[in-house]
Amino acid sequence: MTTQALPTALAAIVDDFQALSEPERLQLLLEFSEGLPELPERLKDHPELLEQVVECQSPLFLTIETEKDDAGPAGVVHLYFKAPAEAPTTRGFAGVLHEGLDGLSAGEILSVPDDMPELLGLTRAITPLRMRGMTAMLGRIKRKVAVASRANG
Amino acid sequence: MPYPVEQNEKFAAYAHPERLVSTEWLAAAIEGGAVADGGLIVVESDEDVLLYETGHIPGAVKIDWHTDLNDDVARDYVDGAAFAELAASKGISRDSTVVIYGDKSNWWAAYALWVFTLFGHKDVRLLDGGRDKWIAEGRELTRDRPAPAAGNYPVVERDDAPIRAFKDDVLAHLGTGPLIDVRSPEEYTGQRTHMPAYPEEGALRGGHIPTAASIPWARAAAEDGTFRNREELEAIYLGEAGLAKGDDVVAYCRIGERSSHTWFALKYLLGFETVRNYDGSWTEWGNAVRVPIVKGVERGSVPVSVRA
Repeated sequence: MTTQALPTALAAIVDDFQALSEPERLQLLLEFSEGLPELPERLKDHPELLEQVVECQSPLFLTIETEKDDAGPAGVVHLYFKAPAEAPTTRGFAGVLHEGLDGLSAGEILSVPDDMPELLGLTRAITPLRMRGMTAMLGRIKRKVAVASRANG
Repeated sequence: MPYPVEQNEKFAAYAHPERLVSTEWLAAAIEGGAVADGGLIVVESDEDVLLYETGHIPGAVKIDWHTDLNDDVARDYVDGAAFAELAASKGISRDSTVVIYGDKSNWWAAYALWVFTLFGHKDVRLLDGGRDKWIAEGRELTRDRPAPAAGNYPVVERDDAPIRAFKDDVLAHLGTGPLIDVRSPEEYTGQRTHMPAYPEEGALRGGHIPTAASIPWARAAAEDGTFRNREELEAIYLGEAGLAKGDDVVAYCRIGERSSHTWFALKYLLGFETVRNYDGSWTEWGNAVRVPIVKGVERGSVPVSVRA
């Protein structure tokens, strides 16, 4: 798999990770964990609107929203995540997916290969067990996007 | 050189008070320069591989349970050469006093301490209450990574037998000594094969090892993450689980991490001399062919076919 198949923003993130040494990759993941945006107020008080990714080591909740766009069929998808500060690895994964996928169309998100997390080069430093959480997060996002785009289609 | 042992009333009631230090004690030792001059080595060991990087106790080094302590090919711990290299790189010498702390009531810290003990490291202690208590008390955290002078650590052959049980040991143990299952009640009964809200790590069968008592690991910890006092621990392990003085005990969980916490409580706080951690735990037992399993809340009995 190469980064050519990925949406531009996600490909850039993957390139950034791949250009670094292993310890630096962990540092970059920490920066993504710190850059993960807070939930908007309307979601903060409604945990039932979020879905838990049980495969993650620490509690992570996510949801997606599709912008209604009357001008065309390609509604823009927004991603929302909630994870505790004590779970920086999980937050880091969420941060990568947020920066790489937020604002794209459903089609663009669905085209991301399921094993994209492996491209970050973190498997050895993080361990395959922990990487599974990120793969599961991407899987749930894609499933939710697929369901929403069928409903809107 | 061993660092002086903390004296306080709570610890004094335990069988081995020298295995614990309090947050107050550690803060005073840091203040007094013990960590800066290498007299005391503080190690953070967490579940989350990045938590140390978000801020840690000043002077603390990081050891990750998975990437540092587990062999990356075989399902086993690192060997003597790798452990010596790891310890030396963290500024640890064979005679160093090491204080380990971590997240989640020291769950992973206890696991790291257990691995240190496999190598016979003499003076290794837990920070009672761990990372969460240190933070709850508003104590100092830093992102500065220490660059300790290399320690002097010999290559020591791991001595597993006294504190580690393998599957065959557990089979031989059935019917002769007690077992403590420290997983969640849902895992014990066989309703599920992994922790609630944790990844499925793959076990084909659910349930528990026959005769094992169910005492979830976290019951040994109080609200603030510190160990419960001796009286409370006795009520749980002697009263409820039915352990008796002198018992040869085996504890297990899913991969041997939660049971390290219970192993610590039984061995050092209650003073059981023979306590082994079965690190193969449910991910081995629940996948092994033809081992006996009991489902439901009853402890069950050892099938005749297994009895020696």
